[in-house]
Amino acid sequence: MNLLNPREKRKRTMPVVSRADIAPTTYAWEIRATGLQVRVGRNRMAVDGLDLSLGTGVHGLLGPNGAGKTTLIRALATVLRPAGGELELLGESAGGPGEHRAVRRRIGYLPQEFGYYKRFTVREFVEYMAWLKEMPTADIPAAVQRAVERVGLADRADERMKALSGGMLRRAGIAQAIVNDPPILLLDEPTAGLDPAQRLRFRELLQELGTDACVVVSTHLVEDVAAACTDVVLLAEGRLVFQGTPDELAAAGGPEHVGDSPLERGYSALLADPVRTRGAW
Amino acid sequence: MNVEHASARLIDEYARGDTDLAADQVWALEAHLEGCRLCRDRLSAAVTAEAPTLAALTEAVWSDLEHQLATAVPAPPRRLRSRLSAWTTPAMTPWLAMVLAVTLLALLLDLAGPGSGQVSLLLLLAPVLPVCGVAASWSRGLDPAYELTAATPRAGLQLVLRRTASVIAVVIPPLLAGGWATGVTAAQWLLPCLAFTSMTLALGGVIGVTRAAVALVAAWAAVVLAPTLATSRTAFALQVEGLPVWGLILALGVGVVIARRGAYAALGAHR
Repeated sequence: MNLLNPREKRKRTMPVVSRADIAPTTYAWEIRATGLQVRVGRNRMAVDGLDLSLGTGVHGLLGPNGAGKTTLIRALATVLRPAGGELELLGESAGGPGEHRAVRRRIGYLPQEFGYYKRFTVREFVEYMAWLKEMPTADIPAAVQRAVERVGLADRADERMKALSGGMLRRAGIAQAIVNDPPILLLDEPTAGLDPAQRLRFRELLQELGTDACVVVSTHLVEDVAAACTDVVLLAEGRLVFQGTPDELAAAGGPEHVGDSPLERGYSALLADPVRTRGAW
Repeated sequence: MNVEHASARLIDEYARGDTDLAADQVWALEAHLEGCRLCRDRLSAAVTAEAPTLAALTEAVWSDLEHQLATAVPAPPRRLRSRLSAWTTPAMTPWLAMVLAVTLLALLLDLAGPGSGQVSLLLLLAPVLPVCGVAASWSRGLDPAYELTAATPRAGLQLVLRRTASVIAVVIPPLLAGGWATGVTAAQWLLPCLAFTSMTLALGGVIGVTRAAVALVAAWAAVVLAPTLATSRTAFALQVEGLPVWGLILALGVGVVIARRGAYAALGAHR
């Protein structure tokens, strides 16, 4: 409110508050899917009739391998086109054909196996991604520096990507995802390859990001969900099994269910039936 | 725009911070301050005069910051590589190198003597050379950052065309030099070359650029390359009389690309 407490300004280059900054949102949910179907390969529906509404916050996407987590995230990133149902991102339909340029500008996406050019430095890589996201050229250097600092790579920013460790690469991937301050942030297994200390730091970052963005984090680590997520989405065989708070997930499990923590017991309780009948392990 | 400035009373009260300014006044004042240099200067003067504790605090913050700012290193200037990356990706480099090598080889064979009758190898290969580069620029298997690129707003016709343009910019100069050295008319290879590229993109919008490139190269090999090498006679397609046909194909390809420009954003188009 006064000089003592300067608010953090996202758009430093803009002299006054722009119309876009104070415009009211015209949507109730950042992500809304109704009966969403996404095909993988020729005839397998990896996501089959999913109803999902996600707002601001950190949403942990849990589920066994092959539950359709990655497919769902790729569909949300508009990389895969849904085969059926409706998908609305930031109030705009993203299911049909077309370029979705406006929506894509406001999405951050970290794929599970994210590729990069080995000869690029971290800064060049994030700059390149910012350019691909059609950010204004004048804003790119500052936004890149900020993203790199947020993931703690500022001191390695001018090193080549090939010289980085696995955890640092993952953090560089997170930096490119958040460089455009996206209202929708999609992270597919972001904690893979991070050591415990980095994982803790990453959870803090997640909580920070989740205060004003819709963050979807796919993970198979239940403890990530417990620590950082405001909301749990449990998928199995392409369908929604459960959506609720981590506490509600923990409440679903009893002492008779498999698991080391309340969350794990809740997880196995909710997944018990389909998994057992199929004889998987 | 109205050039009314904030009153001295308002700025003094804002600087002191202890009086109860109405929230809407604060809001309006802050919005004005963001855009008005004059009033910011008046505010900083007011802070020094009216709120010495505050002034001391900002002084302290500045003296802390100055020490850090002195050691801060400015970001390195953008290098050539980041500028080039708007046009070509590192994944394309080996393919472009290969295309250049093939061009040089064909040129050397042509110059060494009529190895395959009266047919110029350069002429035979020129139409399909850029197609390989274009395919490499959009191949899922060859481009590691493919998945990241596919989710960005720039993924689409514009990026496809940028990369195609960079391939053509690399391929044309050696072909020009080669054509000049072997005495082949530029139009004789340039038109088929551009026609093939446009067809790759047009077909690529339907079945994916890589697949389109493979199909077209195979068709070229079967229809023109093989018969020419077998009979040692330049096929009709490569003779001067064939040029209008190539022009027609080029126009057709460009037309299809423009008509279907929306198709290039979807992943299927690049598969």
